[in-house]
Amino acid sequence: MPEAMPGSMPHESHEAHQSQPSQQPVLQLEQLTRVHGSGATEVHALRGVDLSVFPGELVAVMGPSGSGKSTLLTIAGGLDSPTSGRVVVEGTDITTVGRKELAALRRRSIGYVFQDYNLIPALTAAENVALPRELDGVSARKARVTAVAALEEMGLGQLADRFPDEMSGGQQQRVAIARALVGDRRLVLADEPTGALDSETGESVLALLRARCDAGAAGILVTHEPRFAAWADRVVFLRDGSVVDETLRSQADSLLSGQAAAQ
Amino acid sequence: MSIRHGLLALLEHGPRYGSQLRTEFESRTGATWPLNVGQVYTTLGRLERDGMVVQDGEDGAGHALYAITDAGRGELRSWFGRPVDRASPPRDELAIKLAMAVGAPGVDIRAVIQAQRHATLRAMQDYTRLKAQALVAVEGADGEKARDDVAWLLVLEQLIFQTEAEARWLDHSESRLARLSAAAARRAKNATPAVTPGTADAQSPAVTEATGARAARTTTTDHGTGRTTTDHGTARTTTDHGTARTTSAARSARR
Repeated sequence: MPEAMPGSMPHESHEAHQSQPSQQPVLQLEQLTRVHGSGATEVHALRGVDLSVFPGELVAVMGPSGSGKSTLLTIAGGLDSPTSGRVVVEGTDITTVGRKELAALRRRSIGYVFQDYNLIPALTAAENVALPRELDGVSARKARVTAVAALEEMGLGQLADRFPDEMSGGQQQRVAIARALVGDRRLVLADEPTGALDSETGESVLALLRARCDAGAAGILVTHEPRFAAWADRVVFLRDGSVVDETLRSQADSLLSGQAAAQ
Repeated sequence: MSIRHGLLALLEHGPRYGSQLRTEFESRTGATWPLNVGQVYTTLGRLERDGMVVQDGEDGAGHALYAITDAGRGELRSWFGRPVDRASPPRDELAIKLAMAVGAPGVDIRAVIQAQRHATLRAMQDYTRLKAQALVAVEGADGEKARDDVAWLLVLEQLIFQTEAEARWLDHSESRLARLSAAAARRAKNATPAVTPGTADAQSPAVTEATGARAARTTTTDHGTGRTTTDHGTARTTTDHGTARTTSAARSARR
């Protein structure tokens, strides 16, 4: 059925939506290696991985278990250190900074989204979103205002005063995305964020992540589901700790506007 | 693809002329399966011959109009009512290619799989972008446009499901081949010295790992060589260390 390939769909106008190569990457991984253990039990989790993520970009990382996906994400977020290589977040190499500075950088620049949401059960949605700002020294009232604004911007305003156990999984995950990107933070690292969700809900979570990246955030999405990886601008394939292949940004935007114009 | 039935379905909304049918067909399916006007007229000719449509005058601009007949309506009802024939699966170039790549001299089947996975994911990215747009369109539209938008959304989602199935099958094929070649390597290694039970049992603690517990649906087990082929029953995940674990799981299940 070759006619069905996207190339045959109408191209009518081109809408500029490419990330600007002239921009600084939000995250830059250079020759990243990570070796666990030593001697006979030595495991090379990562073998010289290079990856840059620019503002406005969502990059999916796919690969079988054991390929290094999760290691890549924990190192990118400063939760683990590489054996060698550089991790540059917003211009700072986080492998060379002290513990205190690293903690501050993580708070200010990096947001995580996990499979199991990881919201604090004793705090409301707004308080969960406000927390990183408060830890950063922002006053509680100011942090709450920012948090509520962030929730409203994502269409989650009605959840502000609910506790995690009063929300569905999909709602919790959307709040987790709001928390990941509150304030000046614009790097979101998502590890199987749809893993605990049914596919409809998973899709809406991905749509939100996509929208945040379209609004200027940079994201890495680790997933083994092709359907979710397909929301990304680029798909990077990891095998045995190395990037073996990646798909480039597609022409879909011009397809899109072509379709929109056709209708 | 049944152009014939597609045209009948459109004609049920009222008389239409050829290029109008073509436009409407494409706006329903997002031009996924483009039609040329020649195909439309050829099909209309056959439908007319079979008594399913009749010529029905001209519109103001002099286009010859076609209308559906009762026989045509009957055929359309029966088409909607019966499942699409799957008796002979359509030829699938990718399946044929992988089948031919097995053991083909000078062909790295993993590279064949990755090249296809790349293209498949890329197509999925395209479809997903289009879908995101279609979802927005569906929310904002009404009337005839809404009908077209919904139809296009369904077609797009079908394309996404189809490419997803392909991507999963590729993942599955890769891990299947890896497991088979690991088993073959073990067999070759064990060919001369017999397996000592002690060595095999040394792996048993790994059985309690979550994957191992779920994994084993043993299809064939060959005790003498320790060859075990297991079927995870799903193409979803590829587990690098799965082979060792499921092998010991299957083995201990046997004891």
